[in-house]
Amino acid sequence: MTKLTTPEENNQGGLGKALQSPMQRRAFFRYAGGTAAAAALLLTACNDDDDIDPMPPTMDGVDLGSGDIGILNYAYALEQLEAAFYTEVVAKSAGALSSDEMKVMMDIKAHEVAHREFFKAALGDKAISGLEVDFSKINFSDKNSVLTTAMTFEDLGVAAYNGAGKLFTDSGNGLTYLLLAGKIVSVEARHAAAIHDLMGNNARKFGEELIDMNGLDRALMPDKVLAAAGPYIKTKINYSNLPK
Amino acid sequence: MNIFKIIQDIEKVDGDVYERLSSRRSAMSSFGSFGKKVAVAAVPLAMGSMFKKAYGQSTGGVLDVLNFALTLEYLESEFYSQGLAASGLNLGDNKNFFMEVSKNETAHVKFLEDTIKALKGTPVAKPTFDFSAGGAFADWNSNPQTFMAISQAFEDTGVRAYKGQAGNLVSNSDVLTAALQIHAVEARHASIIRRIRGLNGWITGDERGAGMPAPTQAVYDGEAETMQAGVDITAVSKVSAANATEAFDEPLSKDAVLAIATLFIKA
Repeated sequence: MTKLTTPEENNQGGLGKALQSPMQRRAFFRYAGGTAAAAALLLTACNDDDDIDPMPPTMDGVDLGSGDIGILNYAYALEQLEAAFYTEVVAKSAGALSSDEMKVMMDIKAHEVAHREFFKAALGDKAISGLEVDFSKINFSDKNSVLTTAMTFEDLGVAAYNGAGKLFTDSGNGLTYLLLAGKIVSVEARHAAAIHDLMGNNARKFGEELIDMNGLDRALMPDKVLAAAGPYIKTKINYSNLPK
Repeated sequence: MNIFKIIQDIEKVDGDVYERLSSRRSAMSSFGSFGKKVAVAAVPLAMGSMFKKAYGQSTGGVLDVLNFALTLEYLESEFYSQGLAASGLNLGDNKNFFMEVSKNETAHVKFLEDTIKALKGTPVAKPTFDFSAGGAFADWNSNPQTFMAISQAFEDTGVRAYKGQAGNLVSNSDVLTAALQIHAVEARHASIIRRIRGLNGWITGDERGAGMPAPTQAVYDGEAETMQAGVDITAVSKVSAANATEAFDEPLSKDAVLAIATLFIKA
């Protein structure tokens, strides 16, 4: 199994401290606000959740933690998975992909490594350890297997960040993290579309089948995302302390 | 629920909570009888209206953002509708893609209008557009290259615009999530139009890319960022500076977005 942690443990710290405000303001507003639009919006915001069974919570394994730190570790876990996958692709799939396709894979690998290392540095000593992945079902010598897996990961990454945005605290560092997640999720969406395009041999598909009648991409909560990513992650993940 | 405990908790986050409440229709002075008069089940709703008044500005903030987003979606939706209807514009094999994009943008307009109304706001009126930008893009609806360059500018602007407003939507989780969902669709569009134009799906440095007219540079200014929340991306990840800038899209302020959009709005 591949150990995902890079040898150079470069923890910059800084961001990972001083979180956990005494109360999440949004949680309060959700309770007291009774927003008029909630009913209308919920109809759409909860779509697409039905086709994935949530992963049952586990109390053992790697604990992502709570509050903003928990969400950052959740993102860190997903970025570890993506970075590990593209690292394998770049190392093993040259014979299966065209040079144009490989160029895309090399760029995406660099982006995912950048994301992974960002979260690791931002989390400092709060970061979870390196996860062990399981890529035994992926045939890295087969273009379709590689692209299909890439598509799964990118579409899932987009849905994961979309769903997690509201879980950050509503002030201070939480706002910083929300913006950071926003900076990353659009890049994941750019990846996702490019992979859909490659899947169709530049037929300019971008995942339109995932976009609902309101023109919205998917948003999935951590239990659904981790259930979908589960087959590729050997390490058990305890997400039970994440904000709801 | 303990109403006073909640107020005390809020005070930890917002030290001015008592002042906000009492300065608006002296809510605090009537607080003593408040709990007795209101049935327990109705308390959350009553609290909601009280806090809506105290934090009225933040509700207005959400509506402001939604109307800002609606203006941008009008721009995009109208651009694709008019372009696809133009008899002289031959988009060839890419026509299906633009039809899908057009469908999404039209859906965004409807969705935002509905959401604004549901929040008791009033959707802004649709401006009258001039996609030639006063003649700078005179052949926008006959030359596919011009049409696609404007499309790229609009989609990349849309991505930055939504990102820049996320922090102003945190008081309403449903709206925030929906905005993120739209944001991702704009990014998917942007990736493909860029690829059609022979570029990467992602933005390197602050390059607008080959064939993009100089006036579109404002769409890309500020994208060449390698520091994120105090973390030096190239230092921690060992990826190139170019890759580091590609890995993070940057937000654009409302003013900067409106300055771009205004080029295409008839006075």
